[in-house]
Amino acid sequence: MYAQMVKSTGAGVKSREEMSAEEAAFQDRIDADIKIEPKDWMPEGYRKTLIRQIGQHAHSEIVGQLPEGNWITRAPTLERKAILLAKVQDEAGHGLYLYAAAETLGVSRDELTEQLLDGRMKYSSIFNYPTLNWADIGAVGWLVDGAAIMNQVPLQRTSYGPYSRAMIRICKEESFHQRQGYDIMMKMAQGTEAQKKMAQDALNRLWYPSLMMFGPSDKDSVHSAQSMAWKIKMDSNDELRQKFVDQTVPQAEYLGLTVPDENLKWNEEKGGYDFSEPDWDEFFDVLQGNGPCNVDRMEKRNAAWDNGAWVREGLMAHAEKRAVLKTAAE
Amino acid sequence: MSTLYDFALRMGDNTLILGHRVSEWCGHAPVLEEDIALANTALDLIGQTQLWLGLAAEEEGSGKTADDLAFLRDAWEFRNALLCELPNGDFGRTLMRQYLFDEWHLLMLKALQGSSEKRVSDIADKAVKEVSYHVERSRDTVIGLGDGTAESHKRMQEALDYLYPYVGELFTPDAVDTAAAEAGLAPDLASLRAPYDEALAATMAEATLSLPDSRFAHKGGRTGKMHTEHLGHILTQMQWLQRAYPGAAW
Ligand SMILES: [Fe+2]
Ligand SMILES: [Fe+2]
Repeated sequence: MYAQMVKSTGAGVKSREEMSAEEAAFQDRIDADIKIEPKDWMPEGYRKTLIRQIGQHAHSEIVGQLPEGNWITRAPTLERKAILLAKVQDEAGHGLYLYAAAETLGVSRDELTEQLLDGRMKYSSIFNYPTLNWADIGAVGWLVDGAAIMNQVPLQRTSYGPYSRAMIRICKEESFHQRQGYDIMMKMAQGTEAQKKMAQDALNRLWYPSLMMFGPSDKDSVHSAQSMAWKIKMDSNDELRQKFVDQTVPQAEYLGLTVPDENLKWNEEKGGYDFSEPDWDEFFDVLQGNGPCNVDRMEKRNAAWDNGAWVREGLMAHAEKRAVLKTAAE
Repeated sequence: MSTLYDFALRMGDNTLILGHRVSEWCGHAPVLEEDIALANTALDLIGQTQLWLGLAAEEEGSGKTADDLAFLRDAWEFRNALLCELPNGDFGRTLMRQYLFDEWHLLMLKALQGSSEKRVSDIADKAVKEVSYHVERSRDTVIGLGDGTAESHKRMQEALDYLYPYVGELFTPDAVDTAAAEAGLAPDLASLRAPYDEALAATMAEATLSLPDSRFAHKGGRTGKMHTEHLGHILTQMQWLQRAYPGAAW
Protein backbone atom coordinates (compact mmCIF):
# COMPACT_ATOMS: atom_id res chain seq x y z
CA MET A 1 0.00 0.00 0.00
CA TYR A 2 1.05 3.55 -0.51
CA ALA A 3 0.67 4.75 3.07
CA GLN A 4 2.80 2.90 5.60
CA MET A 5 3.06 3.33 9.34
CA VAL A 6 0.97 6.48 9.39
CA LYS A 7 1.05 7.93 12.90
CA SER A 8 -2.21 8.97 14.44
CA THR A 9 -2.70 10.69 17.79
CA GLY A 10 -0.58 8.11 19.57
CA ALA A 11 -2.97 8.30 22.52
CA GLY A 12 -5.04 5.25 21.71
CA VAL A 13 -8.75 5.07 21.11
CA LYS A 14 -10.88 7.04 23.53
CA SER A 15 -13.67 5.24 25.28
CA ARG A 16 -17.18 6.64 24.96
CA GLU A 17 -16.91 8.09 28.48
CA GLU A 18 -13.74 9.97 27.58
CA MET A 19 -15.26 11.57 24.48
CA SER A 20 -16.70 15.08 24.43
CA ALA A 21 -20.21 15.48 23.05
CA GLU A 22 -18.79 16.56 19.69
CA GLU A 23 -16.43 13.62 19.55
CA ALA A 24 -19.18 11.19 20.41
CA ALA A 25 -21.47 12.60 17.72
CA PHE A 26 -18.60 12.38 15.25
CA GLN A 27 -17.92 8.76 16.16
CA ASP A 28 -21.63 7.99 15.85
CA ARG A 29 -21.62 9.23 12.26
CA ILE A 30 -18.61 7.12 11.45
CA ASP A 31 -20.14 4.06 13.05
CA ALA A 32 -23.29 4.66 11.01
CA ASP A 33 -21.18 4.87 7.82
CA ILE A 34 -22.15 8.48 7.18
CA LYS A 35 -19.35 10.22 5.29
CA ILE A 36 -17.49 13.11 6.89
CA GLU A 37 -17.30 16.11 4.57
CA PRO A 38 -14.78 18.98 4.60
CA LYS A 39 -17.12 21.47 6.32
CA ASP A 40 -18.09 19.04 9.08
CA TRP A 41 -16.54 19.24 12.52
CA MET A 42 -13.78 16.70 13.02
CA PRO A 43 -11.25 15.96 15.77
CA GLU A 44 -7.87 17.54 15.13
CA GLY A 45 -6.23 14.10 15.30
CA TYR A 46 -8.52 12.79 12.55
CA ARG A 47 -7.65 15.73 10.31
CA LYS A 48 -3.91 15.43 10.93
CA THR A 49 -3.82 11.67 10.50
CA LEU A 50 -5.73 11.94 7.25
CA ILE A 51 -3.38 14.62 5.93
CA ARG A 52 -0.41 12.36 6.68
CA GLN A 53 -2.04 9.36 5.10
CA ILE A 54 -3.46 11.02 1.98
CA GLY A 55 -0.28 13.06 1.56
CA GLN A 56 1.89 9.96 1.75
CA HIS A 57 -0.35 8.23 -0.73
CA ALA A 58 -0.19 11.20 -3.11
CA HIS A 59 3.60 11.41 -2.83
CA SER A 60 3.83 7.69 -3.60
CA GLU A 61 1.91 8.17 -6.83
CA ILE A 62 4.28 10.96 -7.83
CA VAL A 63 7.56 9.31 -6.88
CA GLY A 64 6.18 6.09 -8.37
CA GLN A 65 6.38 7.73 -11.80
CA LEU A 66 10.16 7.46 -11.64
CA PRO A 67 10.81 3.70 -11.58
CA GLU A 68 8.28 3.17 -14.36
CA GLY A 69 9.32 6.25 -16.31
CA ASN A 70 12.75 4.64 -16.28
CA TRP A 71 11.54 2.27 -19.04
CA ILE A 72 9.34 4.50 -21.18
CA THR A 73 12.13 5.37 -23.60
CA ARG A 74 13.13 1.70 -23.80
CA ALA A 75 9.71 0.08 -24.10
CA PRO A 76 10.06 -2.71 -26.66
CA THR A 77 7.02 -2.00 -28.88
CA LEU A 78 4.91 1.01 -29.75
CA GLU A 79 1.94 -0.51 -27.98
CA ARG A 80 3.89 -1.20 -24.79
CA LYS A 81 5.25 2.33 -24.89
CA ALA A 82 1.73 3.73 -25.25
CA ILE A 83 0.37 1.57 -22.43
CA LEU A 84 3.22 2.52 -20.12
CA LEU A 85 2.85 6.22 -20.92
CA ALA A 86 -0.86 6.00 -20.20
CA LYS A 87 -0.18 4.24 -16.92
CA VAL A 88 2.37 6.73 -15.71
CA GLN A 89 0.01 9.52 -16.73
CA ASP A 90 -2.73 7.85 -14.67
CA GLU A 91 -0.42 7.73 -11.65
CA ALA A 92 0.25 11.46 -11.94
CA GLY A 93 -3.52 11.92 -12.14
CA HIS A 94 -3.95 9.88 -8.96
CA GLY A 95 -1.47 12.20 -7.30
CA LEU A 96 -3.58 15.12 -8.42
CA TYR A 97 -6.87 13.73 -7.05
CA LEU A 98 -5.22 12.89 -3.76
CA TYR A 99 -3.58 16.28 -3.32
CA ALA A 100 -6.98 17.78 -4.05
CA ALA A 101 -8.52 15.56 -1.36
CA ALA A 102 -5.80 16.63 1.10
CA GLU A 103 -6.42 20.29 0.25
CA THR A 104 -9.98 19.96 1.57
CA LEU A 105 -8.35 19.38 4.97
CA GLY A 106 -6.59 22.72 4.86
CA VAL A 107 -3.13 21.92 3.54
CA SER A 108 -1.93 23.10 0.13
CA ARG A 109 -0.30 20.93 -2.48
CA ASP A 110 2.80 23.14 -2.37
CA GLU A 111 3.13 22.66 1.40
CA LEU A 112 2.86 18.90 1.03
CA THR A 113 5.37 18.94 -1.83
CA GLU A 114 7.86 20.90 0.24
CA GLN A 115 7.51 18.40 3.06
CA LEU A 116 8.21 15.57 0.66
CA LEU A 117 11.20 17.31 -0.84
CA ASP A 118 12.87 18.13 2.47
CA GLY A 119 12.25 14.63 3.82
CA ARG A 120 9.61 15.46 6.45
CA MET A 121 7.04 13.34 4.63
CA LYS A 122 7.48 9.85 3.26
CA TYR A 123 6.28 7.87 0.29
CA SER A 124 5.88 4.11 -0.07
CA SER A 125 9.06 2.09 0.49
CA ILE A 126 8.45 0.15 -2.73
CA PHE A 127 9.47 3.05 -4.97
CA ASN A 128 12.96 2.99 -3.53
CA TYR A 129 13.66 -0.22 -5.42
CA PRO A 130 15.03 -0.08 -8.96
CA THR A 131 13.46 -1.32 -12.20
CA LEU A 132 16.30 -3.22 -13.83
CA ASN A 133 14.85 -5.19 -16.71
CA TRP A 134 11.72 -4.91 -18.83
CA ALA A 135 9.90 -7.61 -16.83
CA ASP A 136 10.10 -5.26 -13.84
CA ILE A 137 7.51 -3.12 -15.59
CA GLY A 138 5.27 -6.17 -15.73
CA ALA A 139 6.04 -7.09 -12.14
CA VAL A 140 5.36 -3.57 -10.88
CA GLY A 141 1.90 -3.60 -12.45
CA TRP A 142 1.18 -7.11 -11.27
CA LEU A 143 2.60 -6.93 -7.74
CA VAL A 144 2.82 -3.26 -6.79
CA ASP A 145 -0.46 -2.12 -8.29
CA GLY A 146 -1.87 -5.44 -7.07
CA ALA A 147 -0.82 -4.71 -3.49
CA ALA A 148 -2.09 -1.15 -3.79
CA ILE A 149 -5.49 -2.43 -4.89
CA MET A 150 -5.68 -4.76 -1.88
CA ASN A 151 -5.52 -1.72 0.33
CA GLN A 152 -7.42 0.74 -1.77
CA VAL A 153 -10.52 -1.27 -2.56
CA PRO A 154 -11.57 -1.26 1.13
CA LEU A 155 -10.59 2.42 1.37
CA GLN A 156 -13.36 3.24 -1.09
CA ARG A 157 -15.56 2.89 2.01
CA THR A 158 -13.37 5.13 4.17
CA SER A 159 -15.14 7.68 6.35
CA TYR A 160 -13.77 10.84 4.74
CA GLY A 161 -15.90 11.73 1.70
CA PRO A 162 -13.29 13.32 -0.59
CA TYR A 163 -10.79 10.51 0.14
CA SER A 164 -13.38 7.85 -0.50
CA ARG A 165 -14.38 9.43 -3.82
CA ALA A 166 -10.74 9.75 -4.89
CA MET A 167 -10.27 6.05 -4.09
CA ILE A 168 -13.26 5.04 -6.19
CA ARG A 169 -11.82 6.82 -9.24
CA ILE A 170 -8.35 5.48 -8.59
CA CYS A 171 -9.34 1.85 -8.07
CA LYS A 172 -10.88 1.59 -11.52
CA GLU A 173 -7.57 2.56 -13.10
CA GLU A 174 -5.44 0.48 -10.79
CA SER A 175 -7.13 -2.73 -11.82
CA PHE A 176 -6.30 -1.93 -15.46
CA HIS A 177 -2.69 -1.41 -14.43
CA GLN A 178 -2.58 -4.74 -12.71
CA ARG A 179 -4.01 -6.58 -15.70
CA GLN A 180 -1.61 -4.86 -18.07
CA GLY A 181 1.30 -5.75 -15.80
CA TYR A 182 0.25 -9.37 -15.66
CA ASP A 183 -0.09 -9.36 -19.43
CA ILE A 184 3.56 -8.32 -19.75
CA MET A 185 4.52 -11.11 -17.34
CA MET A 186 2.60 -13.64 -19.45
CA LYS A 187 4.42 -12.59 -22.58
CA MET A 188 7.75 -12.82 -20.80
CA ALA A 189 7.02 -16.13 -19.11
CA GLN A 190 5.94 -17.68 -22.40
CA GLY A 191 8.82 -16.09 -24.28
CA THR A 192 12.43 -16.95 -24.93
CA GLU A 193 14.80 -18.30 -22.27
CA ALA A 194 16.17 -14.81 -21.78
CA GLN A 195 12.69 -13.40 -21.25
CA LYS A 196 11.83 -16.10 -18.72
CA LYS A 197 14.99 -15.24 -16.89
CA MET A 198 14.00 -11.58 -16.82
CA ALA A 199 10.56 -12.48 -15.46
CA GLN A 200 11.99 -14.67 -12.70
CA ASP A 201 14.62 -12.07 -11.85
CA ALA A 202 11.92 -9.41 -11.52
CA LEU A 203 9.84 -11.61 -9.21
CA ASN A 204 12.89 -12.49 -7.12
CA ARG A 205 13.72 -8.85 -6.50
CA LEU A 206 10.21 -7.46 -6.11
CA TRP A 207 8.47 -10.17 -4.09
CA TYR A 208 9.59 -9.17 -0.60
CA PRO A 209 9.50 -5.42 -1.23
CA SER A 210 5.88 -5.96 -2.34
CA LEU A 211 5.07 -7.76 0.92
CA MET A 212 6.68 -4.86 2.79
CA MET A 213 4.21 -2.47 1.18
CA PHE A 214 1.62 -3.52 3.77
CA GLY A 215 3.91 -2.49 6.61
CA PRO A 216 4.96 -4.58 9.62
CA SER A 217 2.39 -6.34 11.74
CA ASP A 218 0.23 -3.73 13.43
CA LYS A 219 -1.82 -5.87 15.74
CA ASP A 220 -0.57 -4.00 18.79
CA SER A 221 -0.29 -0.55 17.23
CA VAL A 222 -2.22 2.26 18.95
CA HIS A 223 -2.03 4.26 15.72
CA SER A 224 -3.70 1.52 13.74
CA ALA A 225 -6.41 1.01 16.36
CA GLN A 226 -7.35 4.69 16.23
CA SER A 227 -7.25 4.78 12.43
CA MET A 228 -9.48 1.74 12.28
CA ALA A 229 -11.95 3.25 14.71
CA TRP A 230 -12.08 6.32 12.45
CA LYS A 231 -12.40 4.11 9.36
CA ILE A 232 -9.42 5.58 7.61
CA LYS A 233 -7.75 2.22 7.86
CA MET A 234 -10.03 -0.67 7.09
CA ASP A 235 -8.00 -3.84 7.61
CA SER A 236 -4.88 -4.82 9.53
CA ASN A 237 -1.60 -5.04 7.68
CA ASP A 238 -1.34 -8.78 8.29
CA GLU A 239 -4.83 -9.44 6.92
CA LEU A 240 -4.07 -7.55 3.75
CA ARG A 241 -0.69 -9.21 3.32
CA GLN A 242 -2.25 -12.64 3.69
CA LYS A 243 -4.91 -11.80 1.11
CA PHE A 244 -2.26 -10.57 -1.26
CA VAL A 245 -0.15 -13.70 -0.92
CA ASP A 246 -3.19 -15.95 -1.36
CA GLN A 247 -4.17 -14.12 -4.51
CA THR A 248 -0.69 -13.83 -5.99
CA VAL A 249 0.84 -17.27 -5.48
CA PRO A 250 -1.53 -19.07 -7.90
CA GLN A 251 -0.89 -16.31 -10.45
CA ALA A 252 2.85 -16.89 -10.16
CA GLU A 253 2.30 -20.62 -10.56
CA TYR A 254 0.21 -20.02 -13.65
CA LEU A 255 3.12 -18.06 -15.09
CA GLY A 256 5.48 -20.92 -14.30
CA LEU A 257 7.52 -18.69 -12.02
CA THR A 258 8.87 -19.55 -8.59
CA VAL A 259 8.03 -17.36 -5.62
CA PRO A 260 11.37 -16.88 -3.85
CA ASP A 261 10.26 -18.34 -0.53
CA GLU A 262 11.24 -21.85 0.58
CA ASN A 263 8.69 -21.75 3.38
CA LEU A 264 5.76 -21.03 1.13
CA LYS A 265 3.16 -23.72 1.75
CA TRP A 266 -0.61 -24.05 1.52
CA ASN A 267 -2.12 -24.33 4.97
CA GLU A 268 -5.39 -26.20 4.71
CA GLU A 269 -6.41 -25.36 8.24
CA LYS A 270 -6.29 -21.60 7.86
CA GLY A 271 -7.27 -21.72 4.19
CA GLY A 272 -4.29 -19.65 3.16
CA TYR A 273 -0.59 -19.85 2.52
CA ASP A 274 2.12 -19.88 5.14
CA PHE A 275 4.95 -17.67 3.98
CA SER A 276 8.15 -16.00 5.16
CA GLU A 277 8.08 -12.49 6.52
CA PRO A 278 10.15 -9.98 4.63
CA ASP A 279 13.34 -8.72 6.22
CA TRP A 280 11.98 -5.94 8.43
CA ASP A 281 15.45 -4.56 9.11
CA GLU A 282 15.71 -3.87 5.42
CA PHE A 283 12.28 -2.22 5.50
CA PHE A 284 13.32 0.14 8.30
CA ASP A 285 16.56 0.89 6.48
CA VAL A 286 14.56 1.90 3.43
CA LEU A 287 12.28 4.10 5.54
CA GLN A 288 15.37 5.71 7.06
CA GLY A 289 16.49 6.69 3.57
CA ASN A 290 18.87 3.82 2.96
CA GLY A 291 17.02 1.94 0.24
CA PRO A 292 18.75 1.35 -3.08
CA CYS A 293 17.13 4.38 -4.74
CA ASN A 294 16.06 6.80 -1.98
CA VAL A 295 18.77 9.35 -2.64
CA ASP A 296 18.33 9.15 -6.37
CA ARG A 297 14.54 9.49 -6.24
CA MET A 298 14.69 12.54 -4.01
CA GLU A 299 17.43 14.10 -6.08
CA LYS A 300 15.25 13.75 -9.19
CA ARG A 301 12.15 15.15 -7.51
CA ASN A 302 14.11 18.06 -6.08
CA ALA A 303 15.72 18.76 -9.45
CA ALA A 304 12.32 18.75 -11.16
CA TRP A 305 11.00 21.19 -8.58
CA ASP A 306 14.04 23.48 -8.57
CA ASN A 307 14.51 23.49 -12.34
CA GLY A 308 10.82 24.21 -12.75
CA ALA A 309 10.79 27.25 -10.45
CA TRP A 310 11.28 29.71 -13.32
CA VAL A 311 8.39 28.10 -15.18
CA ARG A 312 5.99 28.33 -12.26
CA GLU A 313 7.06 31.92 -11.59
CA GLY A 314 6.81 32.84 -15.27
CA LEU A 315 3.31 31.46 -15.67
CA MET A 316 2.19 33.07 -12.43
CA ALA A 317 3.58 36.46 -13.47
CA HIS A 318 1.79 36.16 -16.78
CA ALA A 319 -1.51 35.29 -15.12
CA GLU A 320 -1.14 38.33 -12.87
CA LYS A 321 -0.47 40.61 -15.85
CA ARG A 322 -3.58 39.25 -17.52
CA ALA A 323 -5.64 39.82 -14.42
CA VAL A 324 -4.46 43.44 -14.20
CA LEU A 325 -5.30 44.04 -17.88
CA LYS A 326 -8.72 42.53 -17.36
CA THR A 327 -9.49 44.73 -14.35
CA ALA A 328 -8.25 47.79 -16.21
CA ALA A 329 -10.54 46.99 -19.12
CA GLU A 330 -13.61 46.62 -16.93
CA MET B 1 9.03 2.39 -52.85
CA SER B 2 5.77 4.31 -53.36
CA THR B 3 5.18 7.96 -52.66
CA LEU B 4 2.59 6.96 -50.11
CA TYR B 5 5.20 4.87 -48.28
CA ASP B 6 7.69 7.72 -48.21
CA PHE B 7 5.05 10.15 -47.10
CA ALA B 8 3.64 7.96 -44.31
CA LEU B 9 7.17 7.26 -43.10
CA ARG B 10 7.92 10.96 -42.81
CA MET B 11 4.74 11.60 -40.84
CA GLY B 12 5.29 8.58 -38.61
CA ASP B 13 8.95 9.28 -37.95
CA ASN B 14 8.11 12.84 -36.92
CA THR B 15 5.59 11.66 -34.37
CA LEU B 16 7.74 8.75 -33.20
CA ILE B 17 10.86 10.76 -32.57
CA LEU B 18 9.11 13.79 -31.11
CA GLY B 19 6.91 11.50 -28.98
CA HIS B 20 10.05 9.81 -27.69
CA ARG B 21 11.62 13.13 -26.79
CA VAL B 22 8.53 14.36 -24.99
CA SER B 23 8.26 11.08 -23.08
CA GLU B 24 11.72 11.71 -21.63
CA TRP B 25 10.06 14.32 -19.40
CA CYS B 26 7.97 11.78 -17.58
CA GLY B 27 8.15 12.49 -13.83
CA HIS B 28 10.43 15.50 -14.18
CA ALA B 29 8.12 18.37 -15.16
CA PRO B 30 7.86 21.67 -13.26
CA VAL B 31 4.32 20.97 -12.01
CA LEU B 32 2.09 17.95 -11.88
CA GLU B 33 -0.32 19.31 -14.50
CA GLU B 34 2.59 19.65 -16.92
CA ASP B 35 3.70 16.09 -16.22
CA ILE B 36 0.25 14.93 -17.16
CA ALA B 37 0.04 17.13 -20.23
CA LEU B 38 3.47 16.09 -21.51
CA ALA B 39 2.67 12.41 -21.04
CA ASN B 40 -0.60 12.99 -22.84
CA THR B 41 1.12 14.68 -25.77
CA ALA B 42 3.66 11.87 -26.01
CA LEU B 43 0.88 9.32 -25.85
CA ASP B 44 -1.03 10.99 -28.69
CA LEU B 45 2.11 11.15 -30.80
CA ILE B 46 2.95 7.50 -30.22
CA GLY B 47 -0.64 6.57 -31.08
CA GLN B 48 -0.36 8.52 -34.34
CA THR B 49 2.95 6.77 -35.01
CA GLN B 50 1.20 3.41 -34.85
CA LEU B 51 -1.18 4.61 -37.56
CA TRP B 52 1.37 6.24 -39.87
CA LEU B 53 3.99 3.53 -39.60
CA GLY B 54 1.25 0.92 -39.83
CA LEU B 55 0.23 2.49 -43.13
CA ALA B 56 3.84 2.63 -44.31
CA ALA B 57 4.36 -1.03 -43.41
CA GLU B 58 1.19 -2.01 -45.23
CA GLU B 59 2.31 -0.05 -48.26
CA GLU B 60 5.77 -1.57 -48.12
CA GLY B 61 4.07 -4.90 -48.59
CA SER B 62 6.67 -7.36 -47.33
CA GLY B 63 4.82 -8.24 -44.14
CA LYS B 64 6.63 -5.78 -41.89
CA THR B 65 4.85 -4.14 -38.98
CA ALA B 66 4.90 -0.63 -37.57
CA ASP B 67 7.16 -1.99 -34.83
CA ASP B 68 9.63 -3.33 -37.38
CA LEU B 69 9.86 0.11 -38.89
CA ALA B 70 10.22 1.84 -35.55
CA PHE B 71 12.67 -0.52 -33.91
CA LEU B 72 14.69 -2.09 -36.68
CA ARG B 73 15.76 0.75 -38.97
CA ASP B 74 19.04 2.55 -38.56
CA ALA B 75 19.45 6.30 -38.34
CA TRP B 76 19.97 6.91 -42.06
CA GLU B 77 16.63 5.31 -42.81
CA PHE B 78 14.70 7.72 -40.57
CA ARG B 79 12.75 10.50 -42.26
CA ASN B 80 11.74 12.81 -39.45
CA ALA B 81 12.40 16.54 -39.57
CA LEU B 82 15.51 17.50 -37.59
CA LEU B 83 13.39 19.66 -35.27
CA CYS B 84 11.83 16.52 -33.76
CA GLU B 85 15.10 14.95 -32.71
CA LEU B 86 16.68 17.97 -31.01
CA PRO B 87 17.29 17.46 -27.29
CA ASN B 88 14.69 18.68 -24.83
CA GLY B 89 16.84 21.32 -23.17
CA ASP B 90 14.89 23.09 -20.46
CA PHE B 91 11.12 23.09 -20.23
CA GLY B 92 10.97 26.30 -22.29
CA ARG B 93 12.89 24.79 -25.16
CA THR B 94 10.75 21.67 -25.10
CA LEU B 95 7.54 23.69 -25.26
CA MET B 96 8.89 26.02 -27.92
CA ARG B 97 9.90 23.01 -30.04
CA GLN B 98 6.43 21.62 -29.49
CA TYR B 99 4.77 24.84 -30.52
CA LEU B 100 6.85 25.25 -33.69
CA PHE B 101 6.02 21.68 -34.64
CA ASP B 102 2.36 21.79 -33.58
CA GLU B 103 1.48 24.79 -35.79
CA TRP B 104 2.98 22.98 -38.79
CA HIS B 105 1.43 19.69 -37.78
CA LEU B 106 -2.06 21.15 -37.48
CA LEU B 107 -1.90 22.87 -40.88
CA MET B 108 -0.60 19.67 -42.41
CA LEU B 109 -3.27 17.47 -40.86
CA LYS B 110 -6.08 19.85 -41.82
CA ALA B 111 -4.86 19.71 -45.41
CA LEU B 112 -4.56 15.93 -45.22
CA GLN B 113 -8.21 15.64 -44.24
CA GLY B 114 -8.81 16.37 -47.93
CA SER B 115 -6.29 13.82 -49.18
CA SER B 116 -7.14 11.74 -52.24
CA GLU B 117 -6.04 8.69 -50.24
CA LYS B 118 -8.70 7.56 -47.80
CA ARG B 119 -6.27 5.89 -45.41
CA VAL B 120 -4.43 9.19 -45.10
CA SER B 121 -7.53 11.30 -44.55
CA ASP B 122 -8.76 8.82 -41.95
CA ILE B 123 -5.58 9.19 -39.90
CA ALA B 124 -5.72 12.96 -40.31
CA ASP B 125 -9.32 13.08 -39.08
CA LYS B 126 -8.33 11.32 -35.90
CA ALA B 127 -5.05 13.14 -35.32
CA VAL B 128 -6.38 16.62 -36.02
CA LYS B 129 -8.48 16.59 -32.85
CA GLU B 130 -5.50 15.69 -30.70
CA VAL B 131 -3.18 18.15 -32.38
CA SER B 132 -5.66 21.04 -32.11
CA TYR B 133 -5.39 20.55 -28.39
CA HIS B 134 -1.57 20.27 -28.51
CA VAL B 135 -1.23 23.58 -30.32
CA GLU B 136 -3.64 25.32 -28.00
CA ARG B 137 -1.60 24.24 -25.03
CA SER B 138 1.86 24.85 -26.47
CA ARG B 139 0.80 28.28 -27.75
CA ASP B 140 -0.57 29.26 -24.33
CA THR B 141 2.62 28.12 -22.64
CA VAL B 142 4.88 29.95 -25.09
CA ILE B 143 2.83 33.11 -24.51
CA GLY B 144 2.72 32.65 -20.75
CA LEU B 145 6.45 32.14 -20.41
CA GLY B 146 7.44 34.66 -23.10
CA ASP B 147 5.35 37.31 -21.37
CA GLY B 148 6.10 36.11 -17.83
CA THR B 149 9.13 37.15 -15.79
CA ALA B 150 12.37 38.60 -17.18
CA GLU B 151 13.99 35.20 -16.75
CA SER B 152 11.26 33.22 -18.44
CA HIS B 153 11.23 35.75 -21.28
CA LYS B 154 14.97 35.41 -21.74
CA ARG B 155 14.83 31.63 -21.76
CA MET B 156 12.01 31.56 -24.28
CA GLN B 157 13.80 33.97 -26.60
CA GLU B 158 16.90 31.76 -26.41
CA ALA B 159 14.78 28.72 -27.19
CA LEU B 160 13.24 30.42 -30.20
CA ASP B 161 16.65 31.56 -31.48
CA TYR B 162 18.04 28.04 -31.13
CA LEU B 163 15.09 26.26 -32.73
CA TYR B 164 14.02 28.60 -35.50
CA PRO B 165 16.72 27.45 -37.97
CA TYR B 166 15.04 24.03 -37.89
CA VAL B 167 11.65 25.36 -38.98
CA GLY B 168 12.45 25.88 -42.66
CA GLU B 169 12.93 22.16 -43.31
CA LEU B 170 9.24 21.56 -42.60
CA PHE B 171 8.36 23.66 -45.64
CA THR B 172 11.09 22.61 -48.09
CA PRO B 173 9.68 20.21 -50.66
CA ASP B 174 11.69 17.56 -52.48
CA ALA B 175 10.69 15.09 -55.20
CA VAL B 176 8.59 13.01 -52.77
CA ASP B 177 6.59 16.03 -51.67
CA THR B 178 6.08 17.20 -55.23
CA ALA B 179 4.85 13.76 -56.28
CA ALA B 180 2.57 13.59 -53.22
CA ALA B 181 1.13 17.01 -54.00
CA GLU B 182 0.61 16.14 -57.67
CA ALA B 183 -1.24 12.96 -56.71
CA GLY B 184 -3.48 14.91 -54.35
CA LEU B 185 -2.14 12.82 -51.52
CA ALA B 186 -0.74 15.73 -49.55
CA PRO B 187 -0.71 19.52 -49.82
CA ASP B 188 2.00 21.55 -51.50
CA LEU B 189 4.36 21.99 -48.56
CA ALA B 190 5.39 25.49 -49.49
CA SER B 191 1.75 26.58 -49.43
CA LEU B 192 1.61 25.97 -45.70
CA ARG B 193 4.28 28.54 -44.99
CA ALA B 194 2.17 31.70 -45.25
CA PRO B 195 -0.50 30.61 -42.76
CA TYR B 196 2.26 29.26 -40.51
CA ASP B 197 4.11 32.57 -40.55
CA GLU B 198 0.92 34.37 -39.76
CA ALA B 199 0.19 32.16 -36.76
CA LEU B 200 3.75 32.48 -35.48
CA ALA B 201 3.79 36.24 -35.85
CA ALA B 202 0.59 36.54 -33.81
CA THR B 203 1.80 34.20 -31.08
CA MET B 204 5.25 35.74 -30.77
CA ALA B 205 3.78 39.23 -30.62
CA GLU B 206 1.60 38.17 -27.72
CA ALA B 207 4.55 36.38 -26.14
CA THR B 208 6.68 39.54 -26.59
CA LEU B 209 9.28 37.42 -28.41
CA SER B 210 11.08 38.34 -31.63
CA LEU B 211 11.31 35.96 -34.54
CA PRO B 212 14.85 35.80 -35.88
CA ASP B 213 15.43 37.67 -39.15
CA SER B 214 17.39 34.90 -40.79
CA ARG B 215 15.48 32.22 -42.61
CA PHE B 216 18.47 29.94 -42.76
CA ALA B 217 17.28 26.34 -42.54
CA HIS B 218 19.08 23.20 -41.39
CA LYS B 219 17.87 20.32 -43.53
CA GLY B 220 18.48 16.65 -44.15
CA GLY B 221 16.18 14.83 -41.73
CA ARG B 222 13.13 14.47 -43.97
CA THR B 223 15.22 13.28 -46.90
CA GLY B 224 17.48 11.15 -44.72
CA LYS B 225 20.54 12.84 -46.16
CA MET B 226 21.93 13.96 -42.84
CA HIS B 227 20.46 13.74 -39.33
CA THR B 228 21.92 15.38 -36.24
CA GLU B 229 24.18 13.43 -33.90
CA HIS B 230 21.28 13.19 -31.48
CA LEU B 231 19.20 10.70 -33.43
CA GLY B 232 21.62 7.82 -32.96
CA HIS B 233 21.43 8.20 -29.20
CA ILE B 234 17.63 8.15 -29.27
CA LEU B 235 17.75 4.92 -31.25
CA THR B 236 20.23 3.22 -28.93
CA GLN B 237 17.66 3.57 -26.16
CA MET B 238 14.49 3.11 -28.11
CA GLN B 239 15.60 0.06 -30.06
CA TRP B 240 17.72 -1.62 -27.44
CA LEU B 241 15.47 -4.51 -26.43
CA GLN B 242 14.44 -5.34 -29.98
CA ARG B 243 18.06 -5.30 -31.08
CA ALA B 244 19.43 -7.24 -28.12
CA TYR B 245 16.79 -9.98 -28.25
CA PRO B 246 15.92 -10.42 -31.92
CA GLY B 247 12.70 -12.22 -32.68
CA ALA B 248 11.29 -12.08 -29.14
CA ALA B 249 7.64 -11.14 -28.68
CA TRP B 250 6.92 -8.52 -26.04
FE1 LIG C 1 -1.92 4.91 -8.76
FE1 LIG D 1 -1.33 2.20 -10.75
